[in-house]
Amino acid sequence: MKIVVAIKQVPSLADEVELNAEGTNLDFDAVDFVLNEWDEQAIEQAVLVKEAGSGAVTVIGVDATGELDGVLHTALAKGADAVAKVAGEFEPGLTSHAQARLLSSAIIDMAPDLVLTGVQAPDDLDGQLGPMLAALMDLPYVGVVNSVQVSGRTATVHKEYAGGLMAEFSVQLPAVIGIQAASQPPRYAPVSKVRQLAKTATIEEIETAEDELESGLSVRSMTRPVSVGHADMIAGDAKAVAGRIIAILNERGLI
Amino acid sequence: MSNDILVIAEHLDGKVADISYEMTGKARELAAALGGKVTVALLGQGMAGQAGGFASDATLVIDDPALANFNPEAYGRVIAALIAARAPRLTMLGSTSSGMDLTAWLAVRSSLPCVASVNQLAAEGDELRISSQIYGGKVAAQVSPEGGRAVVAVMAGAFPAAAGRGAGPVEQSASPVSLDGLRVTFSKLIRPEAGDIDITTYDKLVSVGRGIGGQENIELAQELAGALGAALSGSRPIIDAGWLPKTRQVGKSGLSVKPKLYLMLGISGAPEHLEGMKDAELILAVNSDPKAPIFDVAHYGSTCDLFEVTEALLEALG
Ligand SMILES: Cc1cc2nc3c(=O)[nH]c(=O)nc-3n(C[C@H](O)[C@H](O)[C@H](O)COP(=O)(O)OP(=O)(O)OC[C@H]3O[C@@H](n4cnc5c(N)ncnc54)[C@H](O)[C@@H]3O)c2cc1C
Ligand SMILES: Nc1ncnc2c1ncn2[C@@H]1O[C@H](COP(=O)(O)O)[C@@H](O)[C@H]1O
Repeated sequence: MKIVVAIKQVPSLADEVELNAEGTNLDFDAVDFVLNEWDEQAIEQAVLVKEAGSGAVTVIGVDATGELDGVLHTALAKGADAVAKVAGEFEPGLTSHAQARLLSSAIIDMAPDLVLTGVQAPDDLDGQLGPMLAALMDLPYVGVVNSVQVSGRTATVHKEYAGGLMAEFSVQLPAVIGIQAASQPPRYAPVSKVRQLAKTATIEEIETAEDELESGLSVRSMTRPVSVGHADMIAGDAKAVAGRIIAILNERGLI
Repeated sequence: MSNDILVIAEHLDGKVADISYEMTGKARELAAALGGKVTVALLGQGMAGQAGGFASDATLVIDDPALANFNPEAYGRVIAALIAARAPRLTMLGSTSSGMDLTAWLAVRSSLPCVASVNQLAAEGDELRISSQIYGGKVAAQVSPEGGRAVVAVMAGAFPAAAGRGAGPVEQSASPVSLDGLRVTFSKLIRPEAGDIDITTYDKLVSVGRGIGGQENIELAQELAGALGAALSGSRPIIDAGWLPKTRQVGKSGLSVKPKLYLMLGISGAPEHLEGMKDAELILAVNSDPKAPIFDVAHYGSTCDLFEVTEALLEALG
């Protein structure tokens, strides 16, 4: 079983996201990058599949931030067997089309049995990576998946719909699966282990000949969302806020 | 290229989903501006009975046993063939569990641009102007497809459903492509386990998000819920972490709720969460980030620390 996990880093949403002066994208110098949280779920699911059977997990990304190595070392500490990145000079803000073209060319040569990726990322303006990888590699795709079990050449996956309803599919391998959540919460990687791997691990660099990286979209502007309304903000300290909340609930007969 | 709009209707568990009408209503408006027609495609088996309810120029029913339940491979093949044959200006799918499997795949297959998480669509002259909500609802991107055509995934609830209901003519058709040799097979639907409370029946909900920090703090929120006579619910990360059962999840892949009170502690207001609670009668949000998208939706807000507010509420409620 050769399992490949395609990942990317995205701006952290815990902090303020600043727009650039032209208002056409984020100011990438002013953001912190983190691993896309659904890619973290995909890595966990890949390691779980490996542990339930056999095989090896390779985690691969395009280094658009100059900081991907740290993420790859963490993936190794969590149980990945090998890590790789697409060779080249890239800038933050690569479109999904670009990521998909670069990653699919690299992954196809690995002849994977199973390709996992996060179901979406916060910066997916021009579409999700998983279905694009599948289209480019001519593999089947199922996304919004919260469990993957492999037996022989078949993966049994659970896809989530609304309201807790799920569908079970069996998928002939090789296939691409978009992970919503791993079948158990992602494991913790001890910092000491990550540090040690950063000294000893090798990150394979894969050359690709991709140059068709356009998304076909022209971005007219990026702005903060224009909202129709805004919450009435309650001033004061926690005690004052609690008092006001209770008054509001009283007024409406809710307590 | 035509100026026509292709709407991919969606159904779950035998019932056409509202997103189908929401897209059709918007498609009507765009088609009128562009001078094209609206075709709704309803893929399935035995769905014809519900096909007459769209405000379309035509509703195409494609009936096949392989389409009885959503199957990304089978649906993808059929829709790709429809796009190839009709060259629609715009193909609209829902940004839903099934639509998210198809949109980007169809775009790559059809060599068309793709726009995800769309919440506004307009035609200005001959140009399509599309807005997408990205970065967890913190940024709105305004884009136009360079060649004029696109495949888009439309957020649930972005447009009113009423404008898409009507009595457009229905055409029946067999699948335009072979559905043999599928590599993806639908096995069964799995229904949620009963046993826990049903949060959709509660008048009052206290809902916790990632700001709650750790499993050890859930008890505090439960205490507040108890004092208010409310049930405790949560955002997706709380459920994924195993801190609350799946039955308590509010949002796109959880439950839709419409309580009289929705008190939110440490939830940012990502579009997927809003989908499940934006129609609550009274929304109170406590979130330390003044720029959190939830404040665009909540009726009342506070940027105080959620723990301090919870303690103060508990004290005041005695
Ligand atoms: C296909 C799909 C389906 C999804 N379905 C759902 C769904 O059904 N429901 C759902 O909720 N999500 C869903 N999501 C996930 C969604 O995109 C968001 O990731 C999620 O809603 C974020 O949860 P959150 O607001 O709790 O966390 P965050 O976005 O991390 O927000 C935490 C907030 O807490 C605030 N905070 C932190 N500490 C404090 C404090 N001490 N006091 C006050 N405030 C504090 C922070 O300012 C922050 O705004 C789905 C995603 C996908 C891809
Ligand atoms: N106790 C806390 N106080 C403030 N922010 C928190 C707290 N716990 C978690 N967060 C925020 O919740 C989000 C997820 O954090 P984590 O659980 O560490 O991944 C981030 O935005 C954090 O800033």
